[in-house]
Amino acid sequence: MVDAYRLRSPLAHLGLGARAHEDAELSGTGVTMTEIPYRGLINIRGDVTDKTFVDAVQKAVKLSPPVDPNTVSGKPSTTRIMWLGPDEWLVITKPEGAERALNALWKNLKVDGLHAAVTDSTHARTCIEISGPRAREVLQKGCALDLHPSVFGPGQCAQTIVSKVGVMLIHTATAKNGDPTYELYTLRSFSTYLWTWLEDASQEYGLKVG
Amino acid sequence: MFLITCPFCGEREETEFSYGHEAHIARPENPENLSDAEWADYLFMRKNTKGVHLERWVHTAGCRRWFNAARNTHTNEILAIYKMGEQPPQEIKAMIEKGKKS
Repeated sequence: MVDAYRLRSPLAHLGLGARAHEDAELSGTGVTMTEIPYRGLINIRGDVTDKTFVDAVQKAVKLSPPVDPNTVSGKPSTTRIMWLGPDEWLVITKPEGAERALNALWKNLKVDGLHAAVTDSTHARTCIEISGPRAREVLQKGCALDLHPSVFGPGQCAQTIVSKVGVMLIHTATAKNGDPTYELYTLRSFSTYLWTWLEDASQEYGLKVG
Repeated sequence: MFLITCPFCGEREETEFSYGHEAHIARPENPENLSDAEWADYLFMRKNTKGVHLERWVHTAGCRRWFNAARNTHTNEILAIYKMGEQPPQEIKAMIEKGKKS
């Protein structure tokens, strides 16, 4: 873990805080975009049919790794586990919970005879949150995946490509009026490109930086 | 759009995948006993099939897992997807046999 005072978000140079301040009064825009940096991202690998592994993960983060492909377990407001592959998951925590979750996973998965791995990738990626009535249309401009809510509803996730950039995409929630919220976890060196691409793709619908 | 069904993630666009060439080429047990020609055959020589071809793919932008596919190189139709370590389905084997005869 990096010392907190040295943290600098991958998109800090875009001055998004100032833009959010400027846009605070905006309403009726089609798309809202926010950077959510520093979330804990911990990659875990193991055999989901092995009870020892599932129990250890459950004990560490109070959640079981999802067995169904392309799904996320847990609530967006707390800790979540995202399915990455048949034996691979990503534990997503709030920034302040990252270190505790990492230590707990390390401790609990260190069992004799258990074949598992825990890798901290917190600072490899940043999260761009995109929401609003036209958010799906924006993503659909650069993503071949069918994002219609009947196929890709809340709690669904995918590792895919958005405008040539590899992303971990999560449909976190749908508002009462049907507006979706998505999270895109992308490698920090691609994040400026992805943000500016999304910003450009959002122009026609009206963009608010949140 | 050319869709490939990843055995783990489901149907995805081809750009998410990378091609891994011909499948089911076993590494020789004792390479030191092979002649240069036999070793070169293992390393470099591949079928150039027109028709049903057994090949490997990897879901690079997704789950990063390898799998096997039977693809018709003439029509680009994917006939079967099966996991690493598995043999192609019987009907695919039959199609390949039939292709050899004609």
